[in-house]
Amino acid sequence: MDFSWINSFANELLHGLGITLKLLALSGVFGFLLAVLVALGRLSSNPLISAPLRAYTAVFRGTPLLVQIYILYYGVGSVFASYPLIRGSFLWPYLREGFWYVALALILCVGAYVGEVLRGALRAVPRGELEAARAFGMKRLMVLRRVWLPRALELVKPTLVGETVLLLKATALASTVAVTDLLGAANLVRAQTLRVYEPLLAVAVIYIVLAFVIEHVFSRWGKVPQRQA
Amino acid sequence: MISLSELTQLFVADGWLNALLQGAVVTLQISAGAFVLGLGIGLLVAMIKLKGPRWLVRLANLYTTLYRAVPELLLILLLYYAGTDLLNMAMAAMGRDSVTVNGFIAAVLVLGIVQGAYSAEIIRGAIQAIPVGQLEAARAFGIERWLLVRRVLLPCMLPFAMAGLSNLWLVLVKDSALISIVGYSELLSVGKQAAGSTKHYLVFYLAVAAVYFIITLVSNGAFRVFERRINRWMPQH
Repeated sequence: MDFSWINSFANELLHGLGITLKLLALSGVFGFLLAVLVALGRLSSNPLISAPLRAYTAVFRGTPLLVQIYILYYGVGSVFASYPLIRGSFLWPYLREGFWYVALALILCVGAYVGEVLRGALRAVPRGELEAARAFGMKRLMVLRRVWLPRALELVKPTLVGETVLLLKATALASTVAVTDLLGAANLVRAQTLRVYEPLLAVAVIYIVLAFVIEHVFSRWGKVPQRQA
Repeated sequence: MISLSELTQLFVADGWLNALLQGAVVTLQISAGAFVLGLGIGLLVAMIKLKGPRWLVRLANLYTTLYRAVPELLLILLLYYAGTDLLNMAMAAMGRDSVTVNGFIAAVLVLGIVQGAYSAEIIRGAIQAIPVGQLEAARAFGIERWLLVRRVLLPCMLPFAMAGLSNLWLVLVKDSALISIVGYSELLSVGKQAAGSTKHYLVFYLAVAAVYFIITLVSNGAFRVFERRINRWMPQH
């Protein structure tokens, strides 16, 4: 075991950590917003809204994330590349990079997985509380923002912590489409120093630390005692 | 876009459909092997966590915590390279030539070890959910330790573990796609080959996704039937 390479590759590792965190934040935030919409849509009584969303969650939960990333990056990416109009456009520098494809795949995945979790949570909120909120004259959006969603999130907090750790682990797949995230940086070090284990072990430690930080942050969130009336 | 006759040419005449289906069979074999191995490891680790000496419990906790916090892809790379390396070192120490590791066995081992961490937690929870009175009743009848595990503990635990384990199987099938990174030719690797040699990336990756989706759909149906059967013995609420 020799970790003397860490000094000379510290920049690469830090850069990789930044990309991993950026992916995590981007897909976490936008994926969560998508998940709320998906959950609400699936609860809708209109089958034109709920049926397509049901198919969406089934497909994204039923296929490997790696395959979804390949479909977007290689499949859709190669279709984009075959149109000169897109190649010439100002969007092309973004469309060429794996980062945005991975981010999109992660967002869609979070939308499906967390959407399913939230659907159950939204249904578990007692009806009477929503009726009470309506009786106070709250508009539908306000009921959602002030009562329905906060109560639902409280119910599934432990699940959401787990999903966030899963999301952190899922970001590692970015390294398969030439994004130098944390694992990608480790692969870079492996290729340049010909050391097999040390870079992987070092990066594994960073992932473990990140996972613990996520759990710690979440367990503090929401601990504020409820104000008694 | 691609026309229908082109599609039949690609999938039927060029034989890629057949190749994909063979890949799917390999994926199922890897997943099944890893599932059984993961169950074995999970059962052992769960027993240790519930009854073992303290140092073993610490070790078991370390295993389940670490293996659930590190990305599966990283673990697969690490175990795959480390495993082959250790084996070759052992062979060298015994004065034998180095061996090339059987990709199938390596894949099963790697995925099984990762799965063990998850199934251990599920099985531990399920064992704890068994009403204590049932185990006490069995002991009162003078049942031996090993027989108690086989006749009472495991059958009573199964209904509680079923939901978690069926979910784990689906996760496992999806995780088995990661094996394509280390180059064993399961479903996704075959899809990669097909996409690379025909340049129809979108078509073949969509086809691969469709096969995975069919596998998960069918497993879901099978688990539902199995779960209904098991739940016959559960108390009705």
